[in-house]
Amino acid sequence: MLDWLTDPFASPIVQRALVELLILSLACGPLGVWVLLYRDAYAAESISHGMLPGLVVAALAGAPLLLGAVGGVLVAAAGIALVARDRRLGSDVGVAVCVSALLGLGAMLALSPASPPRLQELLFGDLLGVSGGDLAVAGALAGGVLLALLAGHRSLALVGFDRGAAPSLGARPLRWELALLVILAVTTVAAVQGLGNLLLVALVLAPAAAALTLARRLAAVLALSVVLAALAGIAGLVVSFHLEVAAGASVALCAVAVALLALLVPAGRLSH
Amino acid sequence: MSGDCKTRGSGGADGGTTTAGSTGADVAATAAGATGGADRAITAARSTGAAARGLAVRGLSGGYAPGRDALRDVSFAAGAGQIVGVLGPNGGGKTTLFRALLGELPIRRGEIELPGRPAYVPQTERARLDFPVSAFDVVLMGAYARTPWFRRVARGDREAARAALKRVGLTGEADAGFGALSGGQRQRVLIARALLQDAPMLLLDEPLSGVDGVSAERIEALFAELRAEGRTLLVATHDVRQAAAWDQVLCLHGRQIAYGPPAAVLGPETLRETYGAELIVLEGGDRAVGVGHHEH
Repeated sequence: MLDWLTDPFASPIVQRALVELLILSLACGPLGVWVLLYRDAYAAESISHGMLPGLVVAALAGAPLLLGAVGGVLVAAAGIALVARDRRLGSDVGVAVCVSALLGLGAMLALSPASPPRLQELLFGDLLGVSGGDLAVAGALAGGVLLALLAGHRSLALVGFDRGAAPSLGARPLRWELALLVILAVTTVAAVQGLGNLLLVALVLAPAAAALTLARRLAAVLALSVVLAALAGIAGLVVSFHLEVAAGASVALCAVAVALLALLVPAGRLSH
Repeated sequence: MSGDCKTRGSGGADGGTTTAGSTGADVAATAAGATGGADRAITAARSTGAAARGLAVRGLSGGYAPGRDALRDVSFAAGAGQIVGVLGPNGGGKTTLFRALLGELPIRRGEIELPGRPAYVPQTERARLDFPVSAFDVVLMGAYARTPWFRRVARGDREAARAALKRVGLTGEADAGFGALSGGQRQRVLIARALLQDAPMLLLDEPLSGVDGVSAERIEALFAELRAEGRTLLVATHDVRQAAAWDQVLCLHGRQIAYGPPAAVLGPETLRETYGAELIVLEGGDRAVGVGHHEH
């Protein structure tokens, strides 16, 4: 039984994947809680999906994926901001149109005969191909995200709890709503290498959703979200090793499974 | 008066349309003694004597949309230790006035003199019920502005938060989830949060609307205590009978309709002008009670 759990981690490839996932859990876990509390889940999905063209262009040009991710996120964010301003469409429709267009553009570029066959890697990540350098970059980005969330913790809580009263208590709503989106974008960039732009949202949202149903105090919710994200990462790697399925996909599925299990806990069972 | 306490619009004060009675200079004098040392945190940050001076608004006009002032020609003064009932229909400018006093509303004309940074108690409906915080956590938010991000909230503030909860009668509910409390209890938690801010002036947005009897009693008793401490309270309300028990009444309907002691202001004419077409129930001839419907 224990062997079944430890065997997968004998290889350095899986060890690096594990470290990558633990690093990402530190950023994605707490960030996801804020994203859900700010009802920004749709934005999270949009930003990560909308950056595909940037990733593809980077892959075509042979540039580092990270650079493409940054460019892609900036273009997606600008496009979303621009389209969402059109009153005739309304922001939801505007974002949906914008993201579909960007995803389509990315796929078109990636599927052209001139492109190297890496679309799959961009969409679903390459958890087992993570290098030491990738780990360092992910670590730096995740550390920055964690620090920003710690520094902004009280202001984020004030704005999220009661936007109208927040200024009188010392926090400016617009500033922190924007800050959360920026932190979200940075996290997206950090996670895309390992999980791809379609799957990374699962590690952001699913553990957070589970933690929010299981714990009652903000600090406990944030900590639990990290733990659940890490557990989903470990479980995903074990499952992927034994069933010989894609690592990123099985991590995403494990994260969703954690959320579903949490939702099955009877309401109020763990409260107070 | 220190500079940050004073807000000034471009034009001058025009005296306004006040039907003011005594504006509390006398009350302020007594309150100065009462406040004395209790408000150390505030007076330390302000020029001396500011805490005793109370609130003065002169010729205030302003709003978010340029050219369309949500609030016009408001002029009144309230001394330290006074409770001012703010009456008016929905959209009449009660919350807008609070926004102006909090420095969140663009002021086009007029000036505001504050006794210090006010604390604001919003309507409970505005707070998120699904937010993972306990009653104690919410009260503690009152100390966030003076806590650096890398520090824990100071022990003194934690104790003050417990004391504030005790004052509103919710010691036993400290660890209960905010969303699990009744409406009246939630309102008391938000008032306790304002207590922790230790402000010389409190702005309360309909704190007694839809509140259970126990909570209402507790809140009104607390108002009396805060008045005795020399704090200025502005209380937006729909209940004319409540306002009649307070020191001053300010009637708003986009502009200022009247200001003064309840006995002078709360006549049928003024109320009709304040509430316009909204229903006024007259009780026992000359007493007006229970105005309008009010959902949020």
